[in-house]
Amino acid sequence: MNNGDIIQIRDLCKTYRVGKVDVPALRGVDLDVPKGHFLSIIGPSGSGKSTLFHIIGGLTPPTSGKVVVDGKDLSAMTDAGRTRMRKRTVGFVFQKFNLLPNLTARDNIAVARFIGGTDAKPEPEFEEVLRLLGINDRLDHKPNALSGGEQQRVAIARAIVNHPAILLADEPTGNLDTENSKAVLDVLRDLNQRLGQTILMITHNPEAAAYGNSTVHMRDGRITERT
Amino acid sequence: MTAKLVLENLKHRPMRSLLSILLIGVPVTLILCLVGLSHGFIEDSQKRARGIGADILMRPKTSSLLSLNGAPIPSQMVGFLARQPHVTMATGVLSVTVEGVTLGATGINYQEFTRMCGGFNFRSGGAFQRPDDVILDDYYASQTKAQPGDTITLLNTKWHVSGIMESGKLSHIVLPIATLQERIGNQANVNQIYLKLDDPANTDATVKYLLAIPGLEGYPIYSMEEFTSLLNVNNIPALAGFIAVVMGIGVVIGFAVVCLSMYMAVLQRTREIGILKSLGASKAFILGIILSEAFFLGLGGTILGILMSYGAAALIHALKPASLPMVIVYEWWWYAGAITVVGALLGALYPGLTAASHDPIEALSYE
Repeated sequence: MNNGDIIQIRDLCKTYRVGKVDVPALRGVDLDVPKGHFLSIIGPSGSGKSTLFHIIGGLTPPTSGKVVVDGKDLSAMTDAGRTRMRKRTVGFVFQKFNLLPNLTARDNIAVARFIGGTDAKPEPEFEEVLRLLGINDRLDHKPNALSGGEQQRVAIARAIVNHPAILLADEPTGNLDTENSKAVLDVLRDLNQRLGQTILMITHNPEAAAYGNSTVHMRDGRITERT
Repeated sequence: MTAKLVLENLKHRPMRSLLSILLIGVPVTLILCLVGLSHGFIEDSQKRARGIGADILMRPKTSSLLSLNGAPIPSQMVGFLARQPHVTMATGVLSVTVEGVTLGATGINYQEFTRMCGGFNFRSGGAFQRPDDVILDDYYASQTKAQPGDTITLLNTKWHVSGIMESGKLSHIVLPIATLQERIGNQANVNQIYLKLDDPANTDATVKYLLAIPGLEGYPIYSMEEFTSLLNVNNIPALAGFIAVVMGIGVVIGFAVVCLSMYMAVLQRTREIGILKSLGASKAFILGIILSEAFFLGLGGTILGILMSYGAAALIHALKPASLPMVIVYEWWWYAGAITVVGALLGALYPGLTAASHDPIEALSYE
């Protein structure tokens, strides 16, 4: 364990109760992620990578083990505490973009700012990020008027508008064609390299995983390999 | 930002929002119409009573404020009362119901009555010329399309229209009292006696004096001022209770409509609720969004209900001008609005709490 690690996970277990059956999703995961790192997590379906994301993102509590994110111990946090943590410590990017369909791109970003407890209007410097994402002239459109690639870049803008310590991207290119996938991955790499944004990205695709500084492989709820 | 999110949510499903607003608006209209009709009926009765120009009114024993049921008053009583101190003029009338509770006809002694009230203001035609003449007010004439010279049927007998008068005195239909008494078999009786005094300042003393005359005890004798002041919603048996029941129905309908509508909305927006939660939205924030939507639906329903009450008033006036007069009672906008919004907020509470307690991971994976 290193004090520069923004994520410190020890012996993390998560078991879901499905009906009367306990289903283990994570079986003792240990993981350290330094600040400013771009980590790819790769693994087959059911390997536990999404569960790991949900726990790091504060969407669900661990069953046992220790999870410290940006100095906050998630294993000791209440539901309300994890809700507060999601406001500013983590930002999510999902495979299905998950933009609010009735709001424009600009308002989708503003909602995140508002919920995060700051003025709905982003700082002037954020204009540069929007230019980097290539969506600064598409902000007044609703999601149904944007391409998949544009929607995902708006989702990335929304995820980072509150300057979260960690950006969690769950299959960010899973619904995109090759060209848009590359654009989104380039954006993630730029954010990591230019802004020092810590990024954890789940992917099935080894080519996408190669955009990260390092990769961990998961299978059956365990980390099986680190490259 | 919350308001924008709420309004965009409402705009995103316009049919659901408009239907909800319409369904919430209906009980608002019902409440406002009921109150408007009650107040309209009372105000109309007050206006007609004042239009007579009398100072004192005597009604049959056991009659109520709005009904003349009870033993009739012998016609001789008119002459007796006319001889009492300070009384300068007395006239007896016979009021009968023509249709429902709202359309009445009154038999009068034309000379006596016009002296007391200062005469009718005729739109066309004029005073009685024949024993079977009838004078209609402009509302009833408009409703029946009757003109002077026409023959109309009232109380199962034919009457000849002699004139159309401006509404506001006595009742919609005025007949010669002798003919009316003869045709309904109630000769030598009246059911209201109006008295005019030498000086209105003597009214209270004269009422007291009359009530003290042996044989007159038990007769409701009012100053006209007192009689018109007694004509209010609170003095009409069961009306206040009936209004309360309709208000209760309004709350229940508002509650049910919003509960169903918001429950549907929460189901449709499960994924969006998951998105908001992933952004860090608290349970209170989610609940606030749902309650705010319900508030706007309730507000929209109130506004639509108010507009529809104007439509209802115009419709009643156009189709049945001589039936119940409806007025718009502005202070009831606030009551109807508050009742509706409270019903809407209560209705949104369960869907709102359901939404607030959604598991974010399940909500995000909802298709």
